[in-house]
Amino acid sequence: MENQLVFNDNDPQTELSTLNLGPTHPATHGVFQNVIQLDGERIVSGVSTIGYIHRAFEKIAEHRPFYQITPLTDRLNYCSSPINNMGWHMTVEKLLNIQTPKRVDYLRIIVMELARLADHIVCNGVLGVDTGAFTGFLYMMEYREAIYEIYEEVCGSRLTTNIGRIGGFERNFNDIAFNKIRKFLDDFPKVLKEFENLFNRNRIFIDRTRGVAATSAETALDYSWSGPILRATGVDYDVRAMNPYCSYDDLDFEVPVGNTGDVYDRFLVRNEEMWQSMRMIQQCLDKIAKEDPAIFHADVPEFYLPPKEEVYNNMEALIYHFKIVMGEIETPVGEVYHSVEGANGELGFYLVNDGGRTPYRLHFRRPSFINYQMYAPMSRGMLLSDAIINMSSLNVIAGELDA
Amino acid sequence: MGKITNEELLQKVTAQFGETVTNVSMPYDLLTFETTRENIIELLAWLKTDAVLQFIYLTDLTAIHLPEQTGKEIGVIYHLHSLVNNVRLRIKVFMADGDLNIPSATRVWRGANWMERETYDFFGINFEGHPDLRRILNVDDMTVFPMRREYPLEDPNRVDKKDYFFGR
Repeated sequence: MENQLVFNDNDPQTELSTLNLGPTHPATHGVFQNVIQLDGERIVSGVSTIGYIHRAFEKIAEHRPFYQITPLTDRLNYCSSPINNMGWHMTVEKLLNIQTPKRVDYLRIIVMELARLADHIVCNGVLGVDTGAFTGFLYMMEYREAIYEIYEEVCGSRLTTNIGRIGGFERNFNDIAFNKIRKFLDDFPKVLKEFENLFNRNRIFIDRTRGVAATSAETALDYSWSGPILRATGVDYDVRAMNPYCSYDDLDFEVPVGNTGDVYDRFLVRNEEMWQSMRMIQQCLDKIAKEDPAIFHADVPEFYLPPKEEVYNNMEALIYHFKIVMGEIETPVGEVYHSVEGANGELGFYLVNDGGRTPYRLHFRRPSFINYQMYAPMSRGMLLSDAIINMSSLNVIAGELDA
Repeated sequence: MGKITNEELLQKVTAQFGETVTNVSMPYDLLTFETTRENIIELLAWLKTDAVLQFIYLTDLTAIHLPEQTGKEIGVIYHLHSLVNNVRLRIKVFMADGDLNIPSATRVWRGANWMERETYDFFGINFEGHPDLRRILNVDDMTVFPMRREYPLEDPNRVDKKDYFFGR
């Protein structure tokens, strides 16, 4: 019953109004529809419809060799595409039993944490916009740009980065990239501090967010929530800490948790995660200084797609390039589940391989999809304005929701 | 690593459910086994509420189509996670193609709701007792279940899609 609309058209005393929130409403942050029944300003019932940009990623992935799936994963959570991308390559590496060198791991952590920062900048910035505070968003967006410039330096593209390869990276990080990362770490804390000052004790912001959409840990777990919104309810489940991948266990970091699970807590958890991400990047930079600067991929020529200049100048690289691109690499039979901590939750890849050119079955566990299903049931009894804030605090990304 | 080893976990499960647990394997350190659809809800509920195991978290629910496996063509795959012990578990239930009925896991976790709708949408599995089993990603009037093997992806080399047919 919780996904049904309520109509009492026969009773003139309680005439309900129907409102289409989305698919192109500016506050829905993407293409999904919520038909809600309103009694005055209070929501009586609601139904969510997703699937407006369903692109059949799983079906396409089952017809493509491993490398050609990379661009698909970039387009899941496009606010933090490197995390999806790395997650996919780590899944394949797990299937192929490839150990990556430490330097590759640390570089990956740097890229993934930068992606998390970019995602949280957008999410928390927009949460401010939805409560009527545009300033914070403007201050922070400049630093998402700085992160995109780092991506650009590392891989040549900005939004859908295609940054990983099986075993490592397509090219090594150059000095300009490292300088940009250091500059980001120098500049951003001041801005983030200012952002926190702007919001954390702001009367209007607190009134709009505290106690809104408060969720208990039991309910959140029952609905399989993950990521910052689960941690805001007080559950310290973070894939990076619980099932460390990619040398996260070498690093010293904390998992911030909230206690009431309301919008304000989610905001604070994300802010605190940004500090932790910067801390992790700094540690990785220190660790990388002790590693051989020439290593940027594992030594697995039969799986690692070689850089173009090597393909042009080296016979072996040309052969492997050709075999890999034509999907002629031999892969083991097996099934793998691997998950990474995406910016909005546990991003899992379930891969069944039968040794053919393409995966037999590939399923993405998309955090947005699972987090968002509670939206309509939890909106009951909420004010419309609170439901809007609740939606932006859930960090739903339409690309990931519909896949 | 988790506080419970896969062997202990398997022992506890087989002690409770005996022969209904079959095809045990541990690919990449993840305990995997099959069970029957008659037992699945009881098994999931037991795993969730058991004081030691506490598999309180349903990570993922999806399905797989294996057309050459006669009598067991469609499998539903559950990934569970015991957050307390930090152990993951994979459970599979296989069904024959003409008889795709399985009880819904929404009685154990409300979060299974959309996961089952997605699985229904892609494979046509009827989750009995689901509160709202409709398509979720595809349009309502679609007649096929697109993730099944008999619906191959459109071939980009199809002759009627060649550019010269369109004057390009």
